[in-house]
Order: sequence, then structure tokens, then C-alpha cells
Amino acid sequence: MSKPTIIVAGNGMVGYKFCEKLLARSLQFQIIVFGEEPRHAYDRVHLSEYFNGKTADDLSLSTHSWYADNGITLHLGDPIQEINRAQKTIHSLQGVTLHYDYLILATGSSAFVPDIPGIEKEGVFVYRTIEDLELIKACAATAKSGAVMGGGLLGLEAAKALMDLGIAEPHVIEFAPRLMPRQIDSAGSNMLQLKLNQLGLHIHLNKSTAAILGDKKIDALRFNDDSLLVVDMLVISAGIRPRDELAKLAGLHVGTRGGVIVNEKMQTSDEHIYAIGECALYEGVIYGLVAPGYEMADIVAAHLTKGDKSFYGYDMSTKLKLIGVDVASFGDAFITEPDCRTILFEDTHKGIYKRINISNDGKQLLGGILIGEAEAYNMLLQTVNNKIVLPPDPEDLILGSRGGAASDGAGVMNLPDDALICSCEAVTKAAICGAVNEQGITNMDGIKKCTKAGTGCGGCVPLVKDLIAGTMKANGQYIKNVVCEHFDYSRQELFDLVKINGLKNYDLVLDHYGKGDGCEVCKPVVASILSSLWNDVIVKQEVIQDSNDRFLANIQKGGTYSVVPRIPGGEITPDKLIVIGQVAKKYGLYTKITGGQRIDMFGAHLNDLPAIWEELIDAGFESGHAYGKALRTVKSCVGSTWCRFGLHDSVTFAIEIEDRYKGIRAPHKIKGGVSGCVRECAEAQSKDFGIIATEKGWNLYVCGNGGSKPQHAQLLATDIDNQTVIKYLDRFLMFYIKTADQLTRTATWLNKLDGGMSYLKNVVINDSLGLAEQLEEEMQALVNTYHCEWKEVIESPTARKRFSHFINAPDEKDPHAQFEPMREQVRAKEW
Amino acid sequence: MDTTLTTNWILACYVDDVPDNGGSCIKHGDEQIAIFNFSRRGEWYATQNLCPHKQQMALSRGMIGSAGDSCEPKVACPFHKKTFSLLTGECLGEDDMAIKTYPIKVENGKVFIGVD
Repeated sequence: MSKPTIIVAGNGMVGYKFCEKLLARSLQFQIIVFGEEPRHAYDRVHLSEYFNGKTADDLSLSTHSWYADNGITLHLGDPIQEINRAQKTIHSLQGVTLHYDYLILATGSSAFVPDIPGIEKEGVFVYRTIEDLELIKACAATAKSGAVMGGGLLGLEAAKALMDLGIAEPHVIEFAPRLMPRQIDSAGSNMLQLKLNQLGLHIHLNKSTAAILGDKKIDALRFNDDSLLVVDMLVISAGIRPRDELAKLAGLHVGTRGGVIVNEKMQTSDEHIYAIGECALYEGVIYGLVAPGYEMADIVAAHLTKGDKSFYGYDMSTKLKLIGVDVASFGDAFITEPDCRTILFEDTHKGIYKRINISNDGKQLLGGILIGEAEAYNMLLQTVNNKIVLPPDPEDLILGSRGGAASDGAGVMNLPDDALICSCEAVTKAAICGAVNEQGITNMDGIKKCTKAGTGCGGCVPLVKDLIAGTMKANGQYIKNVVCEHFDYSRQELFDLVKINGLKNYDLVLDHYGKGDGCEVCKPVVASILSSLWNDVIVKQEVIQDSNDRFLANIQKGGTYSVVPRIPGGEITPDKLIVIGQVAKKYGLYTKITGGQRIDMFGAHLNDLPAIWEELIDAGFESGHAYGKALRTVKSCVGSTWCRFGLHDSVTFAIEIEDRYKGIRAPHKIKGGVSGCVRECAEAQSKDFGIIATEKGWNLYVCGNGGSKPQHAQLLATDIDNQTVIKYLDRFLMFYIKTADQLTRTATWLNKLDGGMSYLKNVVINDSLGLAEQLEEEMQALVNTYHCEWKEVIESPTARKRFSHFINAPDEKDPHAQFEPMREQVRAKEW
Repeated sequence: MDTTLTTNWILACYVDDVPDNGGSCIKHGDEQIAIFNFSRRGEWYATQNLCPHKQQMALSRGMIGSAGDSCEPKVACPFHKKTFSLLTGECLGEDDMAIKTYPIKVENGKVFIGVD
């Protein structure tokens, strides 16, 4: 007998999840999927990350081969057009007609587009699919100002996308008197608005759009109060509309405001047809989140395999980061007195608003709202869902314990075993603890593979990590982010220990705080710490330096080195250019302009390095520290001295900054940029720190990154003067140097920093830790003790002696280092 | 086994030529030999200078240290941080490769290596 056929209409996240869930339960079905979009299922929740550099492939939930491997027939770009319920067949756009035993409607939703005059104009978009994003991206390339219609969750996501695309003047227009009206109250909305304003987003509430103006293309919006807003583009995000047209055509029951009506088994009015996800209407509600959609998928999979599972509505609690601001809403967020008691905390200085609603007897948490800081979200949600009895001082839940016995995060371990930790994948506490206990899982990646927890929206990840740590601790296993097997300390702890105890060399540090004989991991870490603290000449402890730092040059294929003299801000005189040319010619070096506006000379034998540097130093060059985990370059555009658009002298400022921080060792390399106007020719926003001229001063961005995972720098301060830029940079860089793990760039450091950018802003600008003065002093001490490492070497005969390949034949070069000709220069022989 | 009976000892260099807890390279005919002065343990080691991973003459420039509870002495190649036991020459990672080790002794400030 052939397998019963299941046809899935829709290849979105929920349709995909259904296939996955069904396969997990049974292989007794023939599955056929029809999708309207040209690609296979992708992650729509993280769609805005497409603008942050994620590709369609990154967002993809599976591969083409996944469907084939699991025996699923996939029809892409071919939506189902018609259902013949009498014959149980479907008919697709491309003319495929197939019989089904069961049909699953997972057609999702489309953007609700209000009927406003001018809505058809060019430059008006919706925000739903990767194709929409591509259209928006193309338009944003030339647009200066843009607006989003709709201040809900998706609208703010779209606004973030506009900002990421470099729209100078982003606006959000909301019909209601507050932002995110479904999730947060007006006090929370005010706080969110305050924070978003600071980030450069203009917010217009109580605004109803009467018309979209423009000839062929949009050029302004007119509101009901007759005011105008000039914009180059508009993204509509005014809500969703269930895609129920197919169901309607087939005569299935649909709601008056859209949505295919389903029962608790997700069956439509035809028992052989199910509807799941955003097209399904259960008891008058459309569930517009992914987690309930996944739950519905599981219920259908269960029902088809004779399992017993029903849908009874879904908790719509949510936590997300909107344009860098934490926003969370959970349980009954809106219940008010006298039906409950409310505890409020509001801090306009830091932009934090927290509200919790507790039962009148003070024993149960009913719900709440968190803006600006939502660390407690997971625990609060668990407290609501599991009806955990509140402590006598429930305000501690949002304020933290102030004195008395500190809560040490033991909270997660007190949750009941059936507490739902990952709601997207329905993973309980017991499943996670079980994976740790029985399968020896010790990290998040392992849990993801083993249980799928944390693979959906990712919101539960902190809670899962706490559970892993808690379970391991309960088992007597100790976990810590240690440097390596020789030091049971994190880099930050080691930094403090070395500092407090005034230790000046590696062996002392190893004797006091380590074990064994060290290794290639901890030696450079300690070397970097010693250098960041005492700024001694690094070649005095040559054997603990990474090879590049040991020989003050970058090792290349074949064992030769490259040489990079410092060219601050990328400015160089003709005379110095000539010297570089002469040196390169004399020593047979391949020359190339680097990405950081300087010149790299490749192919130098170890033996030649001191002589090369002697000539460079004579000509006024100094080390470029291209070999070190240290400041590399501060890239600049030419600025106001020549450029007709330049607002300030970016080159002079870049040179000043490069000279200030040169030579300082850090957990990883540091790059900077200074642009003389908003055109940003120095690409400063891709650097660890970026400085961009404004009419009134400079905007300072931090924690950007090129490399394999590019990340834009984030705005730290606006319109500040030169002295303030340097003051904030001193604090920022020193704070990074002292607290980051080894080999962690500023971008990754920020991503891991609790509280993220708002915390960093507080430390650097508001001095929330009371450390600002100390950080500035420590930085100044490093600046004051700057030395050119190459100058120290060429002046010391013993140091020079180390630059020979054979210790018993000091004048002979390594015969193994070989070159091949290439375009009138040489290249290293391929290995 | 007493290697002195079967080994041809050559004078490689002087103790001062090799930095404390670091390495240097000597030339012996066409051979390149890395010498490590593991002064923290008062031990000396000699291995081939060639890292077999990418055929680079680099091991003498690598960092030395120890691995595991048994404190196996090791060297890490500066190119891709492949690590090798200084005792057995075995690669300590998952790669199936090894380096040659040489007998070594220090007498009166002179470092001798046993060659074939």
C-alpha cells in the first residue's frame, strides 16, 4: 500500500517546521511542499539581520538537499491556486495537479496595506520577504530620508533596517498614541521613545496618514492634521493579514477579519485540511509569532500520527532588542489596580522602565513590562508561567537584591522540571538538565544539537546557559572561562591579579597563579597583559611573545617576514615614499599598499630585519606594530584641507589619535578611522573606533569590525569636540583592554558585554562605575611610556643577535625561504 | 639505553646562544635542527626545524610549554600552532604527523647534539 500523501501549502518557517516535526514522529507519509517564494524556508524572525550582512544563505533554515534527503518533494515558486475538496486534489500555478490525503495550509500572512491615496507610488514598500528587502535596499542607496508606517514590533524592526541602510533621517509614524501598543503601556512607550530619539529615530505618534504625495515617486506624506513630512521612501508595516484566499476559495470557514478558522487540533471546517501559523484563526485570535506557529505544527504532526495534543492558545510574552534597546512584555502586562498591585521602576537617566504586576495577596507574579534592561525577563516569565510564590520583597525581582542575602542565580535551578524553557522548540528544564547529566553536554552548542533548545528565536539562550552552569555546579563540575590549562583564571581576572601584585614577568605570574610550564596560549596572553600594564620593551621577554611579536614583524609563507612602518593617518611625504622604495629595492621586497593606508614590504629575511629598520628609522619612520595585538592604523579621508565637502581636518585628527595610541598592547588588534564628513570615505564605521565629522563637532562610533563577521560600529556620542573624543576613547579603549577575553575584538566584546551598548555608554560617558578618571590616568601612563620597539632593538647588540636564522652561522640566510617572480616583483613559493 | 655509545655527538652551539625557555636553529650540513633551552625545567631538547604541516622551517621560532597533567614538554609551530611533543616528536593534536627528535647534552656551557 502506498504511503498517505500530505501536501503542505506554504514553505515558510511554520511549514518547514511542520515537515521537521512530522518526520521526527513518523516516516509513513509522502510529503509534498508547495512554496510561493523562490527560495526554501528561511528565518523571517531575523530578517533585519539581512541588512547587517547576513546573506539569504545565512538565514536559510535548511538546504535543498535536506528536502531530498528526507524524501520531500519541493515545488518552489509554485503556489497552490485551487483546492478541489470533493476529489481531494490541489492545482498549482505551474499546472501541477495532485491528490492529497491531508492538506496543511501554512500560507502565512501578508503585510496589511491600508487604502491610502498614492499607496501605489514608487518608493513605497512592505517588509515581509527577502525580495522586499532587496527592493528596499536598492531604493535606500539613494534615499536620504525614509519613514516607516507603523510603530509596532515589525515597524520598529523595519526602522532599524532603514538606519542600518544609512538613511540619514529615519521616521516612524504610528496611528496609536504609543509605540508597540500590543506589548507595552504608555510609560514604557515614553521611555522607549526617549531611547530611540537618542539613537536618531524621529517618532510621530497619533498621526494618521491621509495621502502619499509625489508625482510618480513618493516625495512626502500628508497627515490628517494637514502637516507634511518630506520623505524619499516609505515602508509599510501596519500589521499583518492572514493569507486565507485559497481557503476562502475552497469554501472553508474563515473569520470576518480574515484567518482560517481551526479547532484545537488545527483542523479547518474540512477535517482533512489543517491550518497552522499566521493564516490560522483560533478562537478569534491570529498568533503572529513563530513559537505558537511551531506549537501548531507539532499539534498537527501529533494528530496525524495518532498522538494526543491540543492547542489552547499561547503565551504571547516576548523579549527582543529593538534598535539596541531591550523591550520585553510578559504575562498580563496591562492588568491594573484594583485587580492587582503594580511595582514600577523608572530611570530616565539610563533609560530604564520596569513594571511588574502582582496579585493582591502579593504571592503571584501576573505579568509586566521591561524597557532598556530586560535581563530578568526569562526568570520573570518562568515565575509567571510556573506560578512560583514570590519572595517577601518582590521588588527585588526587577531591582536586584540590595543588601541582605544575594540571590546567586540559583533561581533557575528551583524551577519545576516541566518548566518550558525554550518555547519555540518546546524544551523543558528537565530535558536540558538531562542532556547535561546524561550526555555530558557542557555548552550551548551541545544543547542546541541535542535538544534544539535556543535554535528558534534565541530568547532562552541566557536561561539555558544558566541551567547548564547550574546543573554542572550541582554535579560538582566547575566551569569558568579560563585562559588555558595552565591558568584557572579568565584574562580579566589575571589582568587584575598581575596588576594588584605588581608582577613584571611571565615566570612570576606562572609561579604565583598558574601550573605546569605554560603554553602558546597563555604566554602571549600574559605578555599582552604585562605590556598593557607596564609597557616595558616586549623583546625583553621574547620567548613568551607570539612569533610576530618576538621578531617584531609578520611571518609569511616560507618563513620570511613583512615589514610595515607606521604612516600615521595615511599621510606620507614624497621623501619618505622614496626611502620605502629604496629599502624595498635594496632588500628585494615585494611592496603592496595595505587596507589601512600604509605600505607593506614582504619577503624580508630574518637576518635582514635589523638593517632594514635601521634605514627606515634613520629616515624618520617608526614601528607600525602590524605584528602586534595593538593599534594598527587610524585611516582617514583627506578632510577639509582639500576636500570641498570636508567639515573638519580629519587627517590632522587621525594623526593625533594614531600617535596617541600607537604601541599600546590590547587583547586583539585595534583599528580606527576618521572621516571629515558624513560621506564617510574613511569607512570609520567598520573600525573598532570611528570618528565622523558633523557640523558641530564629531560623532564617535565604537566596536565596529570588518573581517569574517563584519559589524557596524555603534554610536557612542554625538557632536563632541576633539578633547571629548580623546577622553571617551581613553576610557573606552582602557576599559576594553582591562576586561576583554584574549583575542576578542571590540565588536565581539561588546556583543558579550551584559547590557551591551547602553552599559558601555554608561561606563564611558556617565561614569557609572566611577572608573573614568582611573581609566584616563592608566591610558595616559601608557601614552607617556611609548617607545619604538625597533629603535630599542637596533640600538642593542644582544637584541640584534636574535635576528639570525642559524645561531651557528649568523650570516647565512634560510635557504628554505624561496621566491617566484610575479608582475615584476616576487612572491613566496607556494607551500 | 646509553646513547653515547652509538651516537655521533657534534658541538651545536653555546648555552648562551639559546634564549631561556626558547629556541634557536643550527645548521648541520643541509639539515636544520631546532634546539630548545627549557630552562624552567632545566632540560634541553632538539628536534627537526621543519614543521611537517606546511613544510616550514619554523619550529625553533615557536613557543614551548607543557601539555596535560603529565606536563609533556611541547613546542607550537608559529604558523598554525600545531604542537609536537619534545620527547617523542608526536603531534599532540589530531593530525597524524611527527617530527624527528635528537639526543642532546650540555657540558661546560657547550650544547652537543647526537646525529646519525
